Amino acid sequence: MANTAEIKVTADALDKAAPKRHARKQDPAAILRWILLMGGGILMVLPIVYMLSTSLKWPHEIYNLSIFPDEPTLDNYAYVLEDGRFYMWFVNSLIIAVITTVSAVLFDALVGYTLCKFEFRGRLIVFVAILSTLMIPTEMLVIPWYLMAKNFGWLDTYWGIMFPGIMTAFGTFLMKQFFESVPNDFLEAARIDGLNEFQIWWRVAMPMVKPALAALAIFIFLGNWTAFIWPLIVTNSPELYTLPVGLTTFSVEQSVQWELIMTGAALATIPTLIVFLVFQRFIIRGVVMAGLKG
Amino acid sequence: MIVATVKLSDLTKAYGKTEVLHGINLDVEDGEFVVLVGPSGCGKSTTLRMLAGLEEITSGEVSIGDRVVNNLEPKERNIAMVFQNYAIYPHMSVRKNIGFGLHTSKMSKPEKEKRIDEVAAILSMTDLLERKPSQLSGGQRQRVAIGRAMVRNPAVFLFDEPLSNLDAQLRTQMRLEIKKLHQRVGTTIIFVTHDQVEAMTLADRIVIMKDGHIQQVGTPSEVFQKPKNMFVAQFIGAPSMNMLTATVAGNKAKLDAGPTIELPKAPGVKDVTIGIRPSELTTAKDGQTPTMEGIVSLVEPLGTETLLYLDVGGIEVIASAPGRVHPQPGDKIKLYADPEEIHVFDSATQETIA
Repeated sequence: MANTAEIKVTADALDKAAPKRHARKQDPAAILRWILLMGGGILMVLPIVYMLSTSLKWPHEIYNLSIFPDEPTLDNYAYVLEDGRFYMWFVNSLIIAVITTVSAVLFDALVGYTLCKFEFRGRLIVFVAILSTLMIPTEMLVIPWYLMAKNFGWLDTYWGIMFPGIMTAFGTFLMKQFFESVPNDFLEAARIDGLNEFQIWWRVAMPMVKPALAALAIFIFLGNWTAFIWPLIVTNSPELYTLPVGLTTFSVEQSVQWELIMTGAALATIPTLIVFLVFQRFIIRGVVMAGLKG
Repeated sequence: MIVATVKLSDLTKAYGKTEVLHGINLDVEDGEFVVLVGPSGCGKSTTLRMLAGLEEITSGEVSIGDRVVNNLEPKERNIAMVFQNYAIYPHMSVRKNIGFGLHTSKMSKPEKEKRIDEVAAILSMTDLLERKPSQLSGGQRQRVAIGRAMVRNPAVFLFDEPLSNLDAQLRTQMRLEIKKLHQRVGTTIIFVTHDQVEAMTLADRIVIMKDGHIQQVGTPSEVFQKPKNMFVAQFIGAPSMNMLTATVAGNKAKLDAGPTIELPKAPGVKDVTIGIRPSELTTAKDGQTPTMEGIVSLVEPLGTETLLYLDVGGIEVIASAPGRVHPQPGDKIKLYADPEEIHVFDSATQETIA
């Protein structure tokens, strides 16, 4: 008994000793911060939840805003997956996103490196010109792109969908900033060791900015995977549709079949989720580094 | 046998209209260890980088062996360079880093591996060959950088402040290792540092630079004992040489600080600066005629000796005393300097008066 009492006393003493830590947890600013974060989180997640919820609903239920379907069904998934077009659009999206990502990462890194590490006349002008294109919204670029594609005969081709993205101003800027962090000593050491300039870029500089390359690759992949306006404009043949464009064709006569679109969208999110989960650390590191550098 | 002499003739470097090196002339013998030393911005690193081919030469000539290398790429100059921040590639193992120097070599793979192992053995790094640089200490990283330079058997090693990033203890240790390495391989070394202790301990010959000019070239004892001018006298030696302005009449120099010093011979100019190293200005023993007298303001016991900061007629003078002597601030002390150890400079030209 005496032992129990002793323990009780000690526990009481601990409780008394703890209030400081307890008080800090209840800091009103922290509570407000958490509420704001939670609110932001819910706002971000809600559309995705609705997407998933709609994909499990029957057509007559889709305008019912409840998150939980009355009679959940997987019929929409069966329909979309049985429709051969889904795989075709999926493959198109994959081909375009992968090629564009590889190309943009390589060219952005090459141009970024050149602008960062080489002195040449007009370097600043080139850099400013590239940067200034960041201020022009895609919607405005669509017309010149279209005219270009039309004049070169690229309409309704894979290349027509890909060409605006094979190099990006954002990526060039990002990579230039990252190459600033590679000390020149490394490049000079390689020069003395007998590497040519291309080898120095490829074998020395590129491995040293791997996190940035990974982050850039993810941004570009996701951007291309979800691209809608340009692929919609440049393609006519359903065989060339990308997933986002293809999904909009799920409509019967005058009505749009939202439950099928949402099912397709849910399936289209899977690669995005995989990319995110596998490369999460790179994304975070890349965003942090880009933030610091920018 | 590679003849690895290095010759710099009238070497200049200008960035736009600003000239930063003004005609450097230097001959380095085969197998010699030459240290370029000077304060920041004196042009020592620029000189080294021009020698390596990393900076363009504005005018003048750089020769390695019997070849003028002005227009050769760095890789064609048969040199190897060790950088201040080591420049070892973080994504490669120690073995790959060392082997990187053999990138352009025509050796077969087993030969390359053998060479890497030999170099690693010389640098006591055999056990570390498979590690990544992030798993190495600062000293070990520096050894990898040296290994990468050694592996190619270059005619000349260039070191650009390679010890600056190390802590004091490690720096002393690496200094010793570099010296041993030189004795062992006997390759010509040109070493840049701003640390005069490093220069004194490593060099066969020291080149002291300031503002893009060479001030003096000589062995460590020459530049210490016979400095050519006031800059060299003050730059070499720690603590710095005491500099006391004086007016001369005959062979007697009346210091502005008060005392009069008898010089071995008349300097021939009126305004001079008297230089006495703190190590040569000691507490006067019985029977010695004091050179000057001062009031102790600060005492620095260093163990083997004690440094005394004294006020001599309003001017701060540094003197030394045996390690066991600890005067108190405020004490009046008589100081003595051997007349042979007193340096006389022309105050106008700042050159040594012979």
